[in-house]
Amino acid sequence: MSREQKAVERARKAFFTGRTRSLDYRISQLKNLQRFINERQKEIADGLKKDLSKSEFGTPLYETLGLESEINQAVSKLKEWAAPRSVTKNLLTISDQVYIQPEPLGVVLVIGAWNYPWAVTIQPLIGAIAAGNAAVIKPSEVSANTAKVMEDLLPLYLDKEMYPVVTGGVSETQELLKQRFDHIFYTGNGTVAKIIMMAAAQYLTPVTLELGGKSPCYIDSNCDLAVACRRIAWGKYTNCGQTCIAPDYILCDPSIQDRVIEEIEKNIKDFYTENPKACPDYGRIINQRHFKRVMAMVEDSTVAVGGEHDESDCYIAPTILRDVKPDAKVMQEEIFGPLLPILSVSTADEAIKFINEREKPLALYIFSENNKLIKRMIAETSSGGVLANDCLIHFSVNTLPFGGVGNSGMGCYHGQFSFDRLSHLRGCLIKKLKMEGVNKMRYPPHTAEKLGWARFLILKQVDLGSLGRMALLAMLAIFVAVILKKYFTD
Amino acid sequence: MERQVVDKAREAFQSGKSRSLPYRKQQLRALHRLITERQADIAQALKQDINKSVYDTTLFELIGLENDIKLAESNLVDWAAPRPVRKNLGTANDDVYIKPEPLGVVLIIGAWNYPWSLTLQPLVGAIAAGNAAVVKPSELSEHSAGLLKELLPQYLDKEMYPVVTGGVPETQELLKQRFDHIFYTGNSTVGKLVLEAAARHLTPVTLELGGKSPCYIDRNCDIAVACRRITWGKFANCGQTCIAPDYILCEASIQDRIIEEIGNTLREFYPEDAKKSPDYGRIINKRHFDRVMALKEGCTVAIGGESDGSQCYIAPTVLRDVLPHFRIMQEEIFGPLLPIITVDNLSEAINFINTREKPLALYVFSSDKKVIKRMLTETSSGGVTVNDVMMHYTLNSLPFGGVGNSGMGRYHGKHTFDQLSHHRACLIKTFAMEGLNDARYPPLTAARVRRAKIVLQSRLCRCSGMCVWAIISTIVSIGLLIALLVVLL
Repeated sequence: MSREQKAVERARKAFFTGRTRSLDYRISQLKNLQRFINERQKEIADGLKKDLSKSEFGTPLYETLGLESEINQAVSKLKEWAAPRSVTKNLLTISDQVYIQPEPLGVVLVIGAWNYPWAVTIQPLIGAIAAGNAAVIKPSEVSANTAKVMEDLLPLYLDKEMYPVVTGGVSETQELLKQRFDHIFYTGNGTVAKIIMMAAAQYLTPVTLELGGKSPCYIDSNCDLAVACRRIAWGKYTNCGQTCIAPDYILCDPSIQDRVIEEIEKNIKDFYTENPKACPDYGRIINQRHFKRVMAMVEDSTVAVGGEHDESDCYIAPTILRDVKPDAKVMQEEIFGPLLPILSVSTADEAIKFINEREKPLALYIFSENNKLIKRMIAETSSGGVLANDCLIHFSVNTLPFGGVGNSGMGCYHGQFSFDRLSHLRGCLIKKLKMEGVNKMRYPPHTAEKLGWARFLILKQVDLGSLGRMALLAMLAIFVAVILKKYFTD
Repeated sequence: MERQVVDKAREAFQSGKSRSLPYRKQQLRALHRLITERQADIAQALKQDINKSVYDTTLFELIGLENDIKLAESNLVDWAAPRPVRKNLGTANDDVYIKPEPLGVVLIIGAWNYPWSLTLQPLVGAIAAGNAAVVKPSELSEHSAGLLKELLPQYLDKEMYPVVTGGVPETQELLKQRFDHIFYTGNSTVGKLVLEAAARHLTPVTLELGGKSPCYIDRNCDIAVACRRITWGKFANCGQTCIAPDYILCEASIQDRIIEEIGNTLREFYPEDAKKSPDYGRIINKRHFDRVMALKEGCTVAIGGESDGSQCYIAPTVLRDVLPHFRIMQEEIFGPLLPIITVDNLSEAINFINTREKPLALYVFSSDKKVIKRMLTETSSGGVTVNDVMMHYTLNSLPFGGVGNSGMGRYHGKHTFDQLSHHRACLIKTFAMEGLNDARYPPLTAARVRRAKIVLQSRLCRCSGMCVWAIISTIVSIGLLIALLVVLL
């Protein structure tokens, strides 16, 4: 039996003991995860520095703060999330118990990515734990140092049979994918996603795919360009452009292109000094392969700002490309690097058409002070999520579902969405063995009269909540009438 | 041909007409008219396909459909409206909401056992959510498929909602095309093929499959009533229901009583003979007839057992003392054979269920709350009905769907709308308050990170209309109550 097979079997056995059913168990695991993050900040930051040159403060800001927020929320809300959820009844079920019961699925496989290895690997894990599942965690081998930290340290805090960490590359992942899971949660790219979905098909395993795409960023000519460009510059060059929801390219009127370039350049200097290479807050490309991939995209476009690079350090300067054409190399795939192409469109309509001719992106950014324009752009396009007048931060609002559509993914998570995604929401109807008379209408021999009753009882919806409110209002009206009567007769 | 149909549907979708709510409502109303005006034709087709009685047509096929259409029509504006969510300190002044949007072109592959409801109920959700839909009814219920192909274009926008009929090759051709969602009802073997085809285009799917839905009868319960309900559920549509109670689990001591009660009920339902009753169905075709008959192999017949191949008729049959390794326990029966398996106690029943694939439905009959609770917490299934069968299907506020081998995704009522929509997260900020953002910009410092933490981890109320109304009405009621007390005292 392979190492992967063993880990999955052990996790399944652990799940079948039933210990994750207890909310206290789940909460204690989540609290242990919190302790891990608090106690091991240094090891986490060190791993990230080696993998991605992430700065000391970049670690909490981009990786662990979000996790802490999710853990806190899960711990305080778990009882509510896991409780039966009542639903509207009809006349036929008026005296029955009708509810949706969230239940664990079983063993979840979480395949992480390398760009925010903690955030995108552990956030799904939080949902998996909260929902009462076992989970096999497969961190990305590309962020190798972080994977090692996870492999070495997580078992010291979490139930290591219930939540094993399995590291490795392509062959280990393929071996994992041969096993049976109750849900596979994958963050990464579309090519691998198709392979994963195929593998899931053999077992009819549902999947969540958090993929990517080219997230467009439309800048309206009439808007505060200084603020817009500051926010875009931050969104683009954080983590050296290696963010699934980074603004991939800009669409704007040619008349503001120069101003946009000027403003973004100003902010690059502000954030990363005149020499980003020496700045601790500026990251690096993850490895040589991706370095080459990104550099190849510059070839047929005009560099307006930046362009400097150093292969030995996987360093690419914050770069802006101007007057980019739709058929340029940089427009053929998700950039995932610090190159910001600017394409010209004369109108919002042209921008909308451009966006709609391409695959649905993970995020859409619109910078405008015209609310009507924003609404129109939202109504006439589709994307995983939309953020107007800023970049990236919709990711941190955990009451918003985070996920893609079309090529950018399927399923969503964050906050309660993670819990619901990794649960089975079981419809439950608890009847009694009494009132058998009512059922006569459905039994053969059938008659027209019986059918009439069936229609009435099934089609009538009863909202007990509003009935109750009406009764209360009626009582209040009676009280007021009594008071008034007393007042006038006294 | 299939490719052209899909392309045309996509073009129709891209024209933007389905974005309009009045358009969707108009299509839904037209669908409603179809099933009310052509009820007789539908009943006739069903009689030819599967010997469904006129009453069963209405009861099982059309009422649920009508229910969903009415619900969608009256709630569409609510369902399609932006849904505000709770904000945090950082988004206090922003517009934060989830906007349901159409996915695009949905493929709906129907089944043959309830060809109208299982094909059209997903369509109701597809229309309500603003999608185009290619409807592929099952070729096994050929009269219904032919009728649907003829009627749907007469009532609905025929480019937006085309009907494609055909068998395996036509379905395979359809599955090569790109859709934005595939909704399949049927068996798990084909379910896997559908999922594989979907994987090539990263298309999300809803699979409504089946399985062996267990029915546990506890010693402590009104066995007569229990058996009546089970008999109804099992033999409706001649056992060809995805949520029919597949087999019974009970303690040996009550097996005889159960058989007796089922026998009594059968005489009540079909006073002369099931074969002569207009209310008793037939097996869909010879292939399935042979399949079901073969399942009887090795079993002891307690009731029924008669059959007539020329009519695809199988009598309502109960099999006693069935053992787990018998053929009948290896696949979903989907026929009028009801095996009884004896277990020593509740724990054994739970274990029996858990060593098998998760079923689409689970049934428990008991007056003992503890028994019910244990059964529910220690097993998993798509849905559950306690002390009856199948009825959870009729309440469209409950999500209907499977788990594990019994399927993925869910629908009915608003759940269909949600399943066939994209829930797009929207955050509309302003250019103001740029100062707050300093916490996130480089150069990063410990102080900045601390500020970011405060903003990220604060919680604010949703402040939706309901919330405000609730607060105001509570204050007013308390005020009135105090006034009343003051006056009275």
